[in-house]
Amino acid sequence: MARDRSPAALVGAATDDAFEITFDGRPVTALPGQSVAAALWAAGILAWRSTRVGGRPRGAFCGIGQCYDCLATVNGRPNRRACLLPARPGDAITTQEGHGHAELGV
Amino acid sequence: MPNSASEAPGGGADSAPEAVPDAAPEDGAEYGPEGRADDGAAYGAECGPEYDLAVIGAGPAGLAGAVTASELGLSVALLDASGQPGGQYYRHPSPALGATRPEALHHNWPAFAALLRRLAAAEVTHLAGHHVWTVVAAPDAAGSWDVHALTGANGDEDRPGRVRARAVLLATGAYERQLPFPGWTLPGVVGAGGAQAMLKSALALPGRRVVVAGSGPLLLAVAASLAAAGARVPAVVEASDYLGYARRPGALLSQPAKLAEAAVHGAALLRHGVRLRTRSAVTQVHGSDRVEAVTVSRLDRQWRPVRGSGRRIACDALAVGHGLVPQLELAVGLGCTTRRTVDGTHALELGPLQETSVPGIWAAGETGGVGGFQLAFTEGELAGLAIAARLRGRAVAGEGRRSPRVLRRRRARLRAFADAMAAVHAPGPGWPQWLDDATEVCRCEEVTAGRIREAVADYGARDARTVKLLTRAGMGWCQGRMCGAAVACLAAQAQGPRRAQGAQPEPSPERRPLAVPVRLGALAALDEPNSPGTAEPKPTER
Repeated sequence: MARDRSPAALVGAATDDAFEITFDGRPVTALPGQSVAAALWAAGILAWRSTRVGGRPRGAFCGIGQCYDCLATVNGRPNRRACLLPARPGDAITTQEGHGHAELGV
Repeated sequence: MPNSASEAPGGGADSAPEAVPDAAPEDGAEYGPEGRADDGAAYGAECGPEYDLAVIGAGPAGLAGAVTASELGLSVALLDASGQPGGQYYRHPSPALGATRPEALHHNWPAFAALLRRLAAAEVTHLAGHHVWTVVAAPDAAGSWDVHALTGANGDEDRPGRVRARAVLLATGAYERQLPFPGWTLPGVVGAGGAQAMLKSALALPGRRVVVAGSGPLLLAVAASLAAAGARVPAVVEASDYLGYARRPGALLSQPAKLAEAAVHGAALLRHGVRLRTRSAVTQVHGSDRVEAVTVSRLDRQWRPVRGSGRRIACDALAVGHGLVPQLELAVGLGCTTRRTVDGTHALELGPLQETSVPGIWAAGETGGVGGFQLAFTEGELAGLAIAARLRGRAVAGEGRRSPRVLRRRRARLRAFADAMAAVHAPGPGWPQWLDDATEVCRCEEVTAGRIREAVADYGARDARTVKLLTRAGMGWCQGRMCGAAVACLAAQAQGPRRAQGAQPEPSPERRPLAVPVRLGALAALDEPNSPGTAEPKPTER
């Protein structure tokens, strides 16, 4: 099996405009037009939320904005669907703890 | 062999994030046939000019309907959650990714390209990044409809929009049906359609070694795509038995194109060394914080796992799904009549020319029953012809391959094929035996199978709604889209073995007054006292 096959090679995608976002402070490379979830997947990151009750890790599941499992805190704003949200240069993605509104004390 | 026709087509589901402009926060906007209204137009003020037709969903059905109606002289607004047309079936990379061969991930690209050319030539107002949350009768204009939408890639820009139209075509597509099993909430377990969507639109894979499992023809298409994109696919695990197709030769032989497409997938899987294991299911996912392996068990005819048949397969991701569920919230909210489909989901009851039971509201594609992109094109076109005829007071007309008679005949053939396929892949009654009491069934509210069984056995719940009231299963962010089918089955099983063994339990109808979560600020922007948005619907939790 060819080791060099990749999604980008398959569709002939080439872009020189890769940029950096961060996940919990560490740098992650993203491509223009990629969702936050796709950029994280490409970096081998599958979880960016811990659940409200069990504190279990979650990430993208349905991939089309229906399941809300991929909620992330993006630039300080919680509950954003990472599978829909385009990554932008400098975005700071942080693992969302529970409902993401700890500051409300509820 | 099956085909990939039901490969997550449809357009209304929230979709790709690309190319949605950053909108500065505004009070809201109304759109008319001349294009966007002034940015400063107050949302909820007098409605501007109205369209003849609002189409919701820019997948194959919605595109075909919008283009056909526009070519017949109607003014058309096409609203879609995604930044790009195509729906789930024709998801493709954002232009920013610079893909020179987007068709490499599609088998039927020319049909889409042709439709895009017609769209470019037509005067359709394409409103991308519009997440429609309700459609209501216009409070101050008899016979017209108000389509309310949130905007932005994530639907949370502070700028709702409203489109008024004389007719509405619902082409909201479908989402994937899921059945839970131990470990399915571990990171690395993803929807089969989800894996396909992330690959098609953003060129991302969930892992390097991906098992594909569940039931339905989509699995073969997903496995072929993943393998072509460089993932290893150690197995495709299909719960039903493809021998079922041999018992329905009539519907199959009437669709040679679909058989040829299935052969293409089959050949691709062979080339990549992918093994198809039928009448089997993943009954356990292993790993602490992410997928490390799965156990695949043989199933009996009822889909009960055969004891001692489990075999472990190492992998770092699992793509899973059990067919598609029509996305009906907007239609159900309008009071459209639904029907049971052969695989236990609900679909809209439609007239011979695609009209729902509510005059003025039409539907095409998966909303009328999952049937794939060719059926969606056909129905969209038929609906476009019929709506134009109604609004212009003329007889339904079209020529040659686009005559109503030809379209209706093609529709009947494709529906028969889809029904045969759905029957083969319908969940068997024994699948709940995959669950242990600790398995989470509701992913949002983290409700286990044990708690649902307790609600059923000890507290007498007999339907999904009662289970929800007792346990919160189905009450979270996704509003039961992921767990609804499972919860309905578990509740119905309490109604005695005969009922549980019978064809299908009664799933809860798709009643979600708000089709997507709406922030209070968006509701507050509906400042008319008579505004429909302030009446019945209530904001979701959180």
